[in-house]
Amino acid sequence: MTVWIFRRLIQAVFVMLAMTVIVFVGVNVIGDPVEILISPDADQAERIRAIAALGLDKPLWEQYLRFLWGAVRGDLGRSFVFNEPALQLISQRMPATLELAVTAVLLAVVLGIPLGLLAGLYPHSLFGRLAMAGSILGFSLPSFWVGLMFIMIFAVQLGWLPSTGRGATVTVFGIPWSFLTRDGLAHMAMPAFNLALGNIALVLRLTRSGVRENMPMDYVRFARAKGLSPQRVVFVHVLKNIMIPVVTVLGLQFGSTVAFAVVTESVFAWPGMGKLIIDSINVLDRPVIVAYLMMIVLMFVTINLIVDLLYTVLDPRVRIGGAE
Amino acid sequence: MTDATLVVTNLQTHFQMRNGVVRAVDGVSFEVRRGKILGLVGESGSGKSVTGFSILGLVDPPGGIVGGSIKFLGRELVGMAEPELRGLRGNRIAMVFQDPMMTLNPVLRIDTQMIETVRAHADVSHAEARTRSRDALGLVGIPSPDERLSSYPHQFSGGMRQRGAIAIALLHQPDLIVADEPTTALDVTIQAQILSEVQKLAANFGTALIWITHDLSVVAGLADDIAVMYAGRIVESGSVESVLDRPLHPYTHGLIGSVPSRNKRGSKLRQIPGMTPSMLGLPPGCAFRQRCERASEECKVSPPITHPAPERTLRCFHPQLELAA
Amino acid sequence: MSATVQREITPFRRFAADYASNKIAVVALIGVVIIVFLALFANLIAPQNPYDLAQLDIMDGRLPPGAKSPAGWTYWLGTDDQGRDMFSGILYGLRISLGVGFGSAATAGVIGSALGLIAAYAGGWVETAIMRLVDLQLSFPAILVALMILAFLGKGVMNVMLALVIVEWARYARTARAAALVERRREYVEAAECLALPQWRVLFRHILPNCMPPLIVIGAIQVASAILLEATLSFLGLGVPITEPSLGLLIANGYQYMLSGKYWISFYPGLALLVTIVCLNLVADQLRDVLNPRLQR
Repeated sequence: MTVWIFRRLIQAVFVMLAMTVIVFVGVNVIGDPVEILISPDADQAERIRAIAALGLDKPLWEQYLRFLWGAVRGDLGRSFVFNEPALQLISQRMPATLELAVTAVLLAVVLGIPLGLLAGLYPHSLFGRLAMAGSILGFSLPSFWVGLMFIMIFAVQLGWLPSTGRGATVTVFGIPWSFLTRDGLAHMAMPAFNLALGNIALVLRLTRSGVRENMPMDYVRFARAKGLSPQRVVFVHVLKNIMIPVVTVLGLQFGSTVAFAVVTESVFAWPGMGKLIIDSINVLDRPVIVAYLMMIVLMFVTINLIVDLLYTVLDPRVRIGGAE
Repeated sequence: MTDATLVVTNLQTHFQMRNGVVRAVDGVSFEVRRGKILGLVGESGSGKSVTGFSILGLVDPPGGIVGGSIKFLGRELVGMAEPELRGLRGNRIAMVFQDPMMTLNPVLRIDTQMIETVRAHADVSHAEARTRSRDALGLVGIPSPDERLSSYPHQFSGGMRQRGAIAIALLHQPDLIVADEPTTALDVTIQAQILSEVQKLAANFGTALIWITHDLSVVAGLADDIAVMYAGRIVESGSVESVLDRPLHPYTHGLIGSVPSRNKRGSKLRQIPGMTPSMLGLPPGCAFRQRCERASEECKVSPPITHPAPERTLRCFHPQLELAA
Repeated sequence: MSATVQREITPFRRFAADYASNKIAVVALIGVVIIVFLALFANLIAPQNPYDLAQLDIMDGRLPPGAKSPAGWTYWLGTDDQGRDMFSGILYGLRISLGVGFGSAATAGVIGSALGLIAAYAGGWVETAIMRLVDLQLSFPAILVALMILAFLGKGVMNVMLALVIVEWARYARTARAAALVERRREYVEAAECLALPQWRVLFRHILPNCMPPLIVIGAIQVASAILLEATLSFLGLGVPITEPSLGLLIANGYQYMLSGKYWISFYPGLALLVTIVCLNLVADQLRDVLNPRLQR
């Protein structure tokens, strides 16, 4: 088991390294850093001085090592726009994004699994058909447009929910959270549900196909032949088997949800890091872009690692296989 | 007759498919007595498993029991309300399945799967249920049952899993066990061990046993009575000795003829010509007639059940009296 | 065996009959055909050229659906802030969206399939290198990869196309490789190799055609996701220029007017986008059911 974890860790480090190379090459070779980093009115002497100061006259591999060394110490440069360390900017915005993403994934679990179970148990019922049609729609809906429609219906027409922003927050451990106040929750409702929509459809489909695959299995018949209640058969025997793929996919999906929060945050003006990155791309604030990319890659690698670990906890067959 | 645990009369279990009705079980009658073993023999698709599931009320749509009666200790099971039926399942009637790799839930520990069975029918503490589970595992010959309880199914060998499944079936000392080809997937040596243990258990507890199999040699060594199924009907039944010694139905002849044995060494194995008919839209009459060398015009009508000898039934117009070569 | 024989006799008819077994899928296919038709002939159907600033009158801005134009015809879907007829805008936007979607999906399909086939056929380090890259890329969501590329390259239509191609090639490569690995072991490949045909010829003339069904299915899905991704990127302001709006940008333009209740500027382009994606996804679903022999009952 420890050997396996160690191997996975090394693999993760390699992915991180590969991504630093890609991001570095992307920023410094595909884009021209001189053009971005140095003001266009600077004269030739200033340019040369700045290039030397930034180490851009050094060979590429040396620049890369400097970049890597900086990244390891948490120094990814300063934002041109905010004149603050880029990493600090990102970290300030991250809790808001994570709050949104976690809520969205929780919504997907709370709504997707029960709906999927029902749709799987009664596939030919009206509900089962509606759920399937709804899930196709869930995949096809342009998320940003749905967000706009939400605003139009619930904020503009009905006036039930506030359209944008984060609302009142409560600071815990120095970080402001929206979910602790009524106002914050009201602000979070639409963006979280909007972000959850695709995930709900995904979990629904996974659960449904899991139920349909597992119900005809011998172990289900055997469990019924033991005289267990239908509730116990479905919620213990079947659900435990379905949870393995669902948790795996949901875990992996969490990273996508964080990435996709970019769209939701833009629609609802949610002050997370997704909104920051779009603004930064628009004004070419590269240090912030690089910091965002590195953070999110780190997040992905960590999530994949955790999902793998979780998988072994959930599936006893894998757990033993890993130990041997 | 009085000590009959199970009396099945004219059972009909049909499956409503999109392109027709499959009469998987079509008028089956038999009985099993206390402490006795009935071997239900037939090829795959003959309806023997569906018969087993019908007894437990586990036939799912599009299938369902459409007629007949299943009397268990005098109580009618056909049409019994689901909660009442559930109280019998795993308690008074237990079932063991064919593939031990598939019957135990792969992600639940053995003790979980046993304890839930105990507590589904008996109001006992968790600890008490665990003790009973351990005893059951010991009963079926699993060594160091205490440690084995906290294993997962995949840590068991195939034979051990089947013993585990049988242990679960025995937890409440049921009056009837339906065993659906429980040894087919196992090695021959393990098969023999399990057979002898099951025989012992049935005798000790007075449990009636229905042993579903396609293997005549298993039935010959194990069962008291035999019922031969073909295309949803029992074509011949009686005590094992009389049926195997004096088979009357051409299909039973064919089955016996196709079992390799020492006496017939060197002689060519006989095989039944043709294939099992499709159960969908089966024409009326004797279903075996296309493969039967004795078939005549008469066989286009369903042969009635006759009693050629006491305790024997037969569905054939042209019984074959001479022995299979 | 008999199935292959039948398919040789009337492969297309059989396929068409299989496809038509699902009525909804037929409707979706008709929908796709109509949408493509509308996009192709947008300049003939649209009452107005929305890109020709001379035809636009800012005084007509933000008129509700059904309002009359000064020239006397009706703005059935209203106008946007520039005084642009929304119906015309949607038709032209559809043209850009479909063009970007089909174009990038086709380009990615060619590149990805070729690399996938090469990986399957070459094996060794070539295969490892290609497939590792595929795995790495597919472990990140499409929107993130696209954002990354646009962050490096900057905004613009060509850059969005490039980003879409880079996002999509990997899935084709994985599919093509999987299919080719199966085909490689078939007898006809051995026969072709025994004839000492050049490798590229075996690969592209013999193996590729037999790998087409799964690639077509992936392609149909990819067109839908490319259109959706382009719309999303354009909505975020990273895609097409404001002068030639795709559906995504049309929706974005209506955003600020949404709060004052002028819903139509965002609503109708979004509806057009939704119908397009749903139709494409339904067609892809049915193609998968029909072309996937494992699922054939």
